[in-house]
Amino acid sequence: MVIYGIYIVSKSGGLIFNYDHTVPKIETTRRFTYPIDLKLNYESKKISVQFGQRDGIHVGHVLTAINGIQITGRQLDDGKDAVEILESKENYPLTLTFERPKMTTNEKIFLASMFYPLFAIASQLSPEPKSSGIELLEADTFKLHCFQTLTGVKIMVVVDKNQIGAEVFLKRVYELYADYALKNPFYSLEMPIRCELFDQNLKTMLEQIDKGGIASI
Amino acid sequence: MSRSTRFDTKKVNSELVTLTYGTLVAQMVKDLDNPDDVSKQLDRIGYNMGIRLIEDFLSKTGTGRCLDLKDTADKIQTAFRLYLGVQPNVVNWSPAGDEFSFILDSNPLTELVELPEDLKSLKYCNIICGAIRGALEMVQLDVQSWIVQDQLKGDQNTEIRVKFIRRLEDAMPAGED
Repeated sequence: MVIYGIYIVSKSGGLIFNYDHTVPKIETTRRFTYPIDLKLNYESKKISVQFGQRDGIHVGHVLTAINGIQITGRQLDDGKDAVEILESKENYPLTLTFERPKMTTNEKIFLASMFYPLFAIASQLSPEPKSSGIELLEADTFKLHCFQTLTGVKIMVVVDKNQIGAEVFLKRVYELYADYALKNPFYSLEMPIRCELFDQNLKTMLEQIDKGGIASI
Repeated sequence: MSRSTRFDTKKVNSELVTLTYGTLVAQMVKDLDNPDDVSKQLDRIGYNMGIRLIEDFLSKTGTGRCLDLKDTADKIQTAFRLYLGVQPNVVNWSPAGDEFSFILDSNPLTELVELPEDLKSLKYCNIICGAIRGALEMVQLDVQSWIVQDQLKGDQNTEIRVKFIRRLEDAMPAGED
């Protein structure tokens, strides 16, 4: 079973839980001489590859380190400016590390709240009255299954496009949510789920699925 | 993973529930000294339990939305069996079909309980009324619930009345309305 991530959105549309499962980290380190044969672009606080794809470095990957020193935004951990270093010839050769960009928590919260109106629009666009919202969103690299409970909580899972049986999985996540989040007296409704037991049991279930497939739960 | 959390596999002795609940009420009587306040608080606790418990009920039974009150009554009956191990009868439907009662011949909450004279006004089982109200509110049904007959007060059975007020249309999640 290839599950990329699990999201739970509260009745009012806020992301209250997310968990990234098997998302492999793709990282490439290469030595570059001047001039660098990739087109880099600095925008939204990331230095990313705009054009030129080679040796595992793809368009869209972000620069995460120069000579092994990590970059935050455009600043290196030792205080130097990354863009300046890349531009001056005397610094070369440079060892650059590129990585597939990861979503930050803020971006996830943003996307979760984007899905909320989409779901509502889908139910209104429907030619038939009393339609549900989006239950399955399919793309060429993944499928997003969404299950809305009668109380309005949405549980979403992003899986591989060939994966079947995600509905069963969603029901099981719902049971875990009812058991380990809602029965925890210190968890208040609509708030982000920070319950150790919930995480643990979810992980156990995911491990079991990885071993025995979706039928084993 | 063990299936210990699955439907009706995890059972506890009902006396444990009776005693725990008894302790709670006794403590509240001590703390609040006015029986009416205690009843009110019990209802509130029940409400807070209901709004959480409903998810448990839905996830474990997999029931769908009810579109009439008869259906709702049936499902609450199932919930009684699931959570209290009793099977109440659904009776006394109002002519308009918006009110009904649950009759419990035995009530696990009151099994070992006698009410002292000075607490005759205490609604000992008010927590159930609160739970019904809270749970139904989460599935967009506004109801009122109260105790009509109480074995603790010398009645034959315990009777819990439920009255439908309205459907909470504005709280309906998208794709469900």
